[in-house]
Amino acid sequence: MVSLLDIIGPVMVGPSSSHTAGACRIGLLARGLVGGTPERAKVELHGSFARTGEGHGTDKAIVAGLMGFRPDDDRIRTALEIADREGLDYKFEKTTLDEEAHPNTVRITLERGERSAVMVGSSLGAGRVMVTQIDGFPVEVSGNYHTIVLVAEDMRGSIARIATLLAEDGLNIATLRLTRQRRGGDAFMVIELDDFPDETVRDHIRAFPWVRWAFRLDKVSA
Amino acid sequence: MYRSLGAAVRDAEARGLSLSQVALAAESEDQGRPVSEIRDALRRALVVMQGAVEKGLVGDLRSASGLVGGDAAKLVTGPPGPLAGTPFRDILARALAVQEVNAAMGVIVAAPTAGGAGVLPAVLTGLAAARGISDEQLIDALATAGLIGAVVAERASLSGAEGGCQAETGAAAGMAAGAATEMLGGSPRQVSHAVALAQQGTLGLVCDPLGGLVELPCVFRNATGAAIAMAAIEMALAGIEFAIPADEVIDTMGEIGRDMDVRYRETAGGGLAATPTGRRLAKERLVQIKKA
Repeated sequence: MVSLLDIIGPVMVGPSSSHTAGACRIGLLARGLVGGTPERAKVELHGSFARTGEGHGTDKAIVAGLMGFRPDDDRIRTALEIADREGLDYKFEKTTLDEEAHPNTVRITLERGERSAVMVGSSLGAGRVMVTQIDGFPVEVSGNYHTIVLVAEDMRGSIARIATLLAEDGLNIATLRLTRQRRGGDAFMVIELDDFPDETVRDHIRAFPWVRWAFRLDKVSA
Repeated sequence: MYRSLGAAVRDAEARGLSLSQVALAAESEDQGRPVSEIRDALRRALVVMQGAVEKGLVGDLRSASGLVGGDAAKLVTGPPGPLAGTPFRDILARALAVQEVNAAMGVIVAAPTAGGAGVLPAVLTGLAAARGISDEQLIDALATAGLIGAVVAERASLSGAEGGCQAETGAAAGMAAGAATEMLGGSPRQVSHAVALAQQGTLGLVCDPLGGLVELPCVFRNATGAAIAMAAIEMALAGIEFAIPADEVIDTMGEIGRDMDVRYRETAGGGLAATPTGRRLAKERLVQIKKA
């Protein structure tokens, strides 16, 4: 569903909504997977991102997003210098992902403390983005909602227990998607929420012994 | 949000509302937010648009590559042409101004994209200055523009990498034409004809920026996009109707975009980017950006 405010917006540092603002939002979403600014990031650019990213500040914008800067933040212009100063060790590579991938796609591999994650995301135009893969699981995260992503052991009643927990915290579920690679294997849950979940919700979810990890990806759209 | 401009027009006519009113109502319902909040967000966008126009008209900006900048000011202080003293010339200056700010990594509103961000603020703020139109009316116009852009996003594309420049400055021209037609008193039906008239004039427009940078010809394509929007507004308000409905013109834009060779979709592989001068300039300037 397209929102008016996606079209009249975002307010952003130029020059490209897909290569600068969208790239920054992908960085912001990736950051959520490791719960903060990563210590190391490998950024693999595909398609038009690889070909014309440099002149659009795609590199600066992704690194800015990884540090938590939003698309309208003036610091995007000097994001690489800031990252150097603050000890974010980033590396850019050009790559060719599969042929079906959107022309503006990036794969980001992150490390922060004990946590690592690999995310694939695309910039769809007008600043809209879509995360299509997390740690090898196919997903669709638009960043239009506050999103909780979790990996759990495939266990009976797990969805009901999480839904109950969210309801008790007064949170309304917009969408919920469950994928697993095989029966009895790990289940991957993407929950989009209408309301903003505070950190305690994530901690409650993590407290279930059968949840391996859970993260909150904050809404990145207007 | 609506997926069809025709459906939105029918809704507006049946309920005796303007397109901006049905757009705001639909957005409010979709997002579960009151209309006042959506208007507040559009007001913030308007303030940024007005600021970018003002900043760009000063004329002291250069892009990262140095390829563009300073041309908006020439329309303010330069010698007169046939449009001297008209809102039309002022609107061309404003379109260049916003794009020059964008190319210099300044803050703009992507509407619908950064590459096409000059057209809508130029047409709306330029006409507002000439006709004494209030900010509240400009906010309504932004809602109508958003509705038109949302329909284009659903039916075609708003990405130069997917659909060429017709999906960026072309879509922006359609949005500006429709929004301004309503702002100047046009009916919902006239708005949809303004969209069709603007969009038909940009069908097939390729995205061929030098070095892939949102600079050249992007800056100037925003001015010519604004000119196409102005032509469409004038025709629609005069009662001219375009035989192919706006939705079908937008569908056509999507179809042409899907068939467009990848060289013409923001890759700098064809068009002006691939001319001898285009290649030479891109090579020189990219070296300069890397050094900077």
